[in-house]
This record gives sequence, C-alpha cells and structure tokens, in this order.
Amino acid sequence: MTGQIAIVLFDGFAFGMLLFLLSVGLSVTLGLMGFINLAHGAFGMLGGYVTILAMRQLGLPFLVALPLAFIAAALVSVVLERTLFRRLYRAGELNQVLFTIGLVFVATAAATFLFGTVQQVVILPSWLRGSVQFAGLNFTTYRIFLIVVALLVTALLVFGLERTRLGAQIRAAVDNQRVAQGLGLNVERVFAITFALGSGLAGLGGALAIDIVGLSPSFAFHFLVYVLIVVSVGGLGSITGSFVGAALLGIGDVAGKYFMPEFGGFFIYLFLVAILLVRPLGLFGKR
Amino acid sequence: MSATDPTTGTTDPKIWMRRQGRWSAFEILAWLAALTPFFLFPTYLPLANQIAIAALFAISVDLILGYAGIVTLGHAMFFGLGAYFAGIISVYGWGEPITGLLMAGAFAGLIGFIASFLITRVQHLALIMVTLGLGFLTLELANAMSWLTGGTDGLRGMNRWPVFGQFRFDLWGYTSYTYSLIVLFICFLLSRRLVNSSFGLALRGVRENVKRMPAIGSDHKWHLRKIYTISAAIAGLAGALMAQTTNVVTLDALSFQRSADVVVMLILGGTGRLYGAILGAFIFLMARDQLAGVNPQYWYFGIGILLMLVVLFMPKGILGFLSGLVSRRGK
Repeated sequence: MTGQIAIVLFDGFAFGMLLFLLSVGLSVTLGLMGFINLAHGAFGMLGGYVTILAMRQLGLPFLVALPLAFIAAALVSVVLERTLFRRLYRAGELNQVLFTIGLVFVATAAATFLFGTVQQVVILPSWLRGSVQFAGLNFTTYRIFLIVVALLVTALLVFGLERTRLGAQIRAAVDNQRVAQGLGLNVERVFAITFALGSGLAGLGGALAIDIVGLSPSFAFHFLVYVLIVVSVGGLGSITGSFVGAALLGIGDVAGKYFMPEFGGFFIYLFLVAILLVRPLGLFGKR
Repeated sequence: MSATDPTTGTTDPKIWMRRQGRWSAFEILAWLAALTPFFLFPTYLPLANQIAIAALFAISVDLILGYAGIVTLGHAMFFGLGAYFAGIISVYGWGEPITGLLMAGAFAGLIGFIASFLITRVQHLALIMVTLGLGFLTLELANAMSWLTGGTDGLRGMNRWPVFGQFRFDLWGYTSYTYSLIVLFICFLLSRRLVNSSFGLALRGVRENVKRMPAIGSDHKWHLRKIYTISAAIAGLAGALMAQTTNVVTLDALSFQRSADVVVMLILGGTGRLYGAILGAFIFLMARDQLAGVNPQYWYFGIGILLMLVVLFMPKGILGFLSGLVSRRGK
C-alpha cells in the first residue's frame, strides 16, 4: 500500500510539473495585463506538433526538438499578441474569453486538417525509456526527466524574476502597472516579452506532454481546463502559486483516477470550487 | 402630472419604462416567421425544435450574462439537471409532459437558488472558474451515478405521454415544435416583462457598476440571486423540453461544450437583448446544420473565425450591429 502511494505521489508530481510548465506563463500574463487567454493551451499544442514534425520530418533528436518547440510557440504567440490580443486589453473579460475560445476552435480545426485526429506518439531516445528501480519500486525514467526539467525551469524563473532587470520590471508591472508606467517603464514591451516567454514554456510543456498524455487536436481544449484550474487556484501572477497549484492538481488527479476511478475528476472540481469560495484570489493571489 | 418634464425634457420613469416595453412591428414579424416551418419547411421541423430549445437556453443565459453581467461557463449544469429530471420521472412512471416540464424547471431553479449563494460570493476569473467547476462537478456526478442516469450510455426506458392526452409526439416533429415554441414564447414573454421592469433596471445597474448599486440602497446580491434562480429554472425548462421532445438524455446535456456553445450563440446574436439570444441560436444551429454536413472540422474553423470577427468588429453582436446600422440610417 505504501508502495502504491509512493508511486501515485511520484506520477502525480510528474504530471503536476507538466501542468506547471503549461500554466505558469498564463498565470504571469494574467497577473500582468489581466488578459484571460484561453488559447494558452493552443500554444502547448503547437509546441507538441512542432516537436513531432522536427523529429519525424527533419530527423532531429528529442533534446533539439524541445527548444524548437519553445521558440516556435514564443514566436507565434508574440506575433498574435502584437497584431490581435493587444486590441482586447481594455475589452471586457467576456470578450477576451470568447475571442481566445474562437482562436482555440480555429487552432483545433487547423491541427485536424494538417495532422488528422490520430494520437501522435513520440519516439524517445533510449536513455529516457524504461524505468529506475529504487526501494523495490519502479520509477519511470521519463517522469524523472520531466521533474528535473520542470525544477530547472522553476529555478531559472525564480532567479530571473528576482535577480535580473527584466524580472524586476515584470514584478513592478504586476504589482502596479500604472505606477510602473509612470516611472518610465515600457509596460507594453515588458508584456510582449513575458507573453512570448510564457507561451514558449507552454510550447515546451506541450512537447514534453506527448509521451505522458499523447497529442491530438483536442489537446488545447482538454488542457485548457487544467491550466485554468492551476492558475485560479494558485493565484494570478504568482510562480509559487502556480507551482503549488500544479503539484496539488497533478497529485489529486492521478490519485483520484487511481483510487476512485468511478468518480473521475469529481473531487478535483469539488476542491476547485471550495478553494475559490474561501479564497477567491487563489491560494497565493494578492489582488 | 405631465409625462414629460418641460425643463429637462426627461420622461416620467414609469412612462419611459412602458414605452420600452411596447411591441414593435419587427417583433410581431419575427414571431410570425417562427411559424413558417409548419407550412414551408416541414422537413426541417426537428431542426426548428432544436433551435427553439437552444433559443430558450440562450435566453436563460442572457438574463444573467447580458442583463446582470454574470459570466458563466457552466450553465449546461441546469440544462442537464432539467433534462435528467424530466427523463428520470418518465422512466419511473410519470410521463405527463406539462407537469414533468414544470417540475423539472422547479428542480433546476431550486439547485440554481442554492448555487446562487456561491455565485454571488465571487467575481471576475474566480466567478468564471466557479461556474465552470460547478458544471464539471455535476457532469462527473451524473457520470458516477450511472444507476440513475445511465452514465455514458444515456438514459434508457423513457416513456412520455401525449400532451394533454391528445397530441402524441410524432416522428416529423409537429407536436415537438409546437410544444417547444409555445414554451419558448411564454418564457420569452415572462423574460421580456422582467427585463423591462424596475427589477430589470436594477440588474443592468449591477452590470454597469457593482460598487455603486449598494451605495444607492439597492440590495444587489439579492437581485443577483433572484435572477440566477430564474435563469436556472428557464435553463431547466429548456433541458426538459429537449428530453421530452427527443426522448433522449445523455451526458452531453451537461457537457462543457454545451455551456460554451450557448455563450457563443449569445455573443453572435448580441447580449443584453432577448432577440439576440434567439437570433444567435438560429444562426448557430442553421450554420452547423449546413456546414457540419460537409465536414465537422470546417464548422469549428468557421465558428472560430466568426467569433473572433464578432468580438473585434461587432461588440454588440450581430443584432446590435444591425440595429446600429438602422438607427444610423434613420438619422
């Protein structure tokens, strides 16, 4: 029983780290501009398909395809941000929600048109396959890799936010956009960069997700709900919040499906509603 | 007392509100047009029935979203509750449609009343997420209680009786469409009366400025609870109509897709105007009927593009855009 629990905790944490990569960008951009971007999951999907193409068509190794996924998602997102999303910052939340849902519809249809509805699989390099034996339990190598990557990204994000000039600018803009602007900070530029970085991380998350959950055109919609839960439970603009929220959701989801499969996601949604009613700003939200 | 104050040119509020509630020729024409499927397109009666049901559901969402400003992504919860209630009582031996319909609406309204206490506690993103969470919660619950709901297989063994003991639900949809259209029209009249009342004005006040309403002595939370309950009951009626006229209830009635679709319909038509809900449902389902026959993916592509265009260029929806054109020409 303890063995089962340990494996569930491990798998859940790995899944949570995947959710963290997929959602941290949205949390920061939502905190920064208050722009509800439901198309965030679509950038994850884009990263996934770029990885598939890079490996299948160009024959690139997995580790080279990952940064490509990041770059592709970041580039596409910044183009969309500059041309379309920018017009909606002052629009109401309903318009933002609907516009980005429209974008998800288009992305889903485009992915189906280009790749069909089949589940894509990724062929991992041999050193990522198989599992590691520890204390009589099997830990999947790929999940360990996933956790390591996510922890590295977290460390980079925390370091970048706390120690670099751009990080200070982002923090200032999140705390008080108007004062930051008054001090001569180009908030629009900061936002465009943050948006690209956040979407890039989603692209990376999408690439890493293929081996765990597969990749099909429904990815953008399916993960949208998870990403929104992480963001709203964690609290807007908080990396710690996203990390804790993602870990809780990942463990809760895997544990729920493992121990009580017939109830599916029931408890996840129960906790979501309960947490938001007690703390409408999320666990680590400030405003 | 004169109707118009000569110094400021403003109208007595009561007379102003009565004028807002007056019927125009457009409205009468629109309702007459709803009768044409009986004579001109009898093969489209089942689709017309779907449109009437979707329009009723969209009206229920318009009441809270368009008039009171509550953004919801989980209203299929009440649609599904109404559908399952109407379906389950007919499985357990009470197939009388009208009492079944009313009970289903009352049941959805009761759950809506309970949920309204949660809804009024939160705003913005948290509000969207709570409605979404409650929607998924209900879906998961219905899936887990498969002994009652039939789970993923759908509800089986429904047995509906003829309306008034006279009119059987026929294959061609004559009874179904008549029945749905009458329910839609009655609910529309009630909603129309509601939004043109002082209560409707108070709701618009909440939508425009949540902080100012308590300042002028309006109990805004109580207003929101009332309209949410009414909206849930109407959504329940729409769901029950679907269960009774199609004789099918599946988990699809509770799905996120349905919650999202109804908001899309409403935005296409235009929020904050009841005809926007009806027009949106009409355009959405007609377009889906035509395009999905070609390829379901085209349909999603088209609706996505249309949504983005409407949000960017027609913020008041298609109906708002058209009425803007008409009033500009009038000047």
